[in-house]
Amino acid sequence: MSYVLVLGRRALVEAVRTPEALVPTLFIPLFFLVVNVGQAARIFPGKSTAFLHGQGYGAFQLPSSMLLAASFGSAALFLVEEIEDGYFDKLRATPVPRSAIILGRLAAEGVKALLIASVIVLLGLAFGIRIASGVPGFVLLVLLTAGWAVVYSGFMQIIALKTRSAAATNSAGLVFFPLLFLTPNFVPRNLLTRPMEIAATVNPVTYVMEAMRSLILVDLHWETIGLGFLVIAVSAAIMLAISVRVVRNYD
Amino acid sequence: MDENAAVAAEGLVKTYRARAATVEAVRGVDLRVERGEIFGFLGPNGAGKSTTVRMLTTLLTLTSGTARVAGLDVAREPDAVRRRIGVALQEAGLDPRQTGRELLELQGRLFDLSAREAAGRAEELLELVELTDAADRRIKSYSGGMKRRLDLASALVHLPEVLFLDEPTTGLDPASRVTVWDEVRRINERGTTVFLTTQYLEEADQLCDRLAIIDDGRIVREGTPAQLKAELRERTGREVTLDDVFLDATGRTRTHVAGEVQEVKA
Repeated sequence: MSYVLVLGRRALVEAVRTPEALVPTLFIPLFFLVVNVGQAARIFPGKSTAFLHGQGYGAFQLPSSMLLAASFGSAALFLVEEIEDGYFDKLRATPVPRSAIILGRLAAEGVKALLIASVIVLLGLAFGIRIASGVPGFVLLVLLTAGWAVVYSGFMQIIALKTRSAAATNSAGLVFFPLLFLTPNFVPRNLLTRPMEIAATVNPVTYVMEAMRSLILVDLHWETIGLGFLVIAVSAAIMLAISVRVVRNYD
Repeated sequence: MDENAAVAAEGLVKTYRARAATVEAVRGVDLRVERGEIFGFLGPNGAGKSTTVRMLTTLLTLTSGTARVAGLDVAREPDAVRRRIGVALQEAGLDPRQTGRELLELQGRLFDLSAREAAGRAEELLELVELTDAADRRIKSYSGGMKRRLDLASALVHLPEVLFLDEPTTGLDPASRVTVWDEVRRINERGTTVFLTTQYLEEADQLCDRLAIIDDGRIVREGTPAQLKAELRERTGREVTLDDVFLDATGRTRTHVAGEVQEVKA
């Protein structure tokens, strides 16, 4: 565990010292939030749209932006850089369990996502979005975001370890776009066309998004929240198992 | 296999599966390096030097054969082997965003030193490799020579029994090369066995107690530089250099070998 903390701390310092990689993680999700709200807010006015529960369309869109912020997977790009320049081998030549090398990065990614999610929510609050579930909801919201960041970064790290290529890892990151758009991203699931509804129902991101949305719009609706955390827990368990196997067999 | 040797390998083989064929990078290497030696491992590009080093340092699995380093089996006890070896690979593996001091302290923590011990050890090593003045600068601002010296220092954090140096002077200017040679001698005088791969024959002649030449994945000569030269001198009846030994061993001509192995005078 101490190795994970030492390596996690190093990964956080690395992120702070690379603001050019950190800034887009915040800027691009906020850009999409502004653009999506700008395009659809008049179609879905807060006062007459039942699924907004009295809030503006920005409150409905906020989870999408938070999930996007959590899906940059920059940890994997740092990892592939480390593989290419040889520092990864330097770490592998130490007696540290190899799983600690990737777990350290994932822990740092979780902490980074907690901070970024908090900033996005606070900016949302400044622009009139309310968190219906209050302070506990705020905490759960950033935890869900951080959990998803760990899952997605883990997936990206597997790609980095398997391909050892920055280009391939970068391209794999684009997988998030179909995952994000095959969700009830613009309207609730019951308003989607039938094929889109089916796609959203089988997409695990849907349940994380719906859990986050319920915290913002409804209150502490434990069944929805629990489902979101369950999806993250199962995805994390699968991803961690694969990551550990891949890094142990790395040759 | 002898457990007293610093490095002992028998029938070491490494094959890779490429798309169209199987590549045999190392084809049955036997090696023995005594404790306290500086052992040179020479060969042209692609001969299998780095692959052998990576197997001995637990970074690559063995396709077949056995290897013991510091008395421990690299396949069965890789973690224990890693605690006893230092590794500086061909590419100076450093994190450019850390400072030299941070890198050495982190390395110390990964070898189970406390934060205070790691800080003290980093200070000692920075002095040893004459990087104290640059210790708090980010590594990305270091010159090639400084990076090599820092890499060497990072391999020494835990006082390893066996130090593997894979082409430690490639790309360095003559002055930096001599500095690294001096460091290697000093490290060896303190009792550390040094396993050094190099393309520079002058370097091998200057530094190594014994050496082996690998070509096409097989050891083709082994002995002290003096023994190898004497053997060829006897056979050809003329004065020879280590260059000639290398060319004779690998069946290459001077034209063929240009760009693969270089003789440098520091």
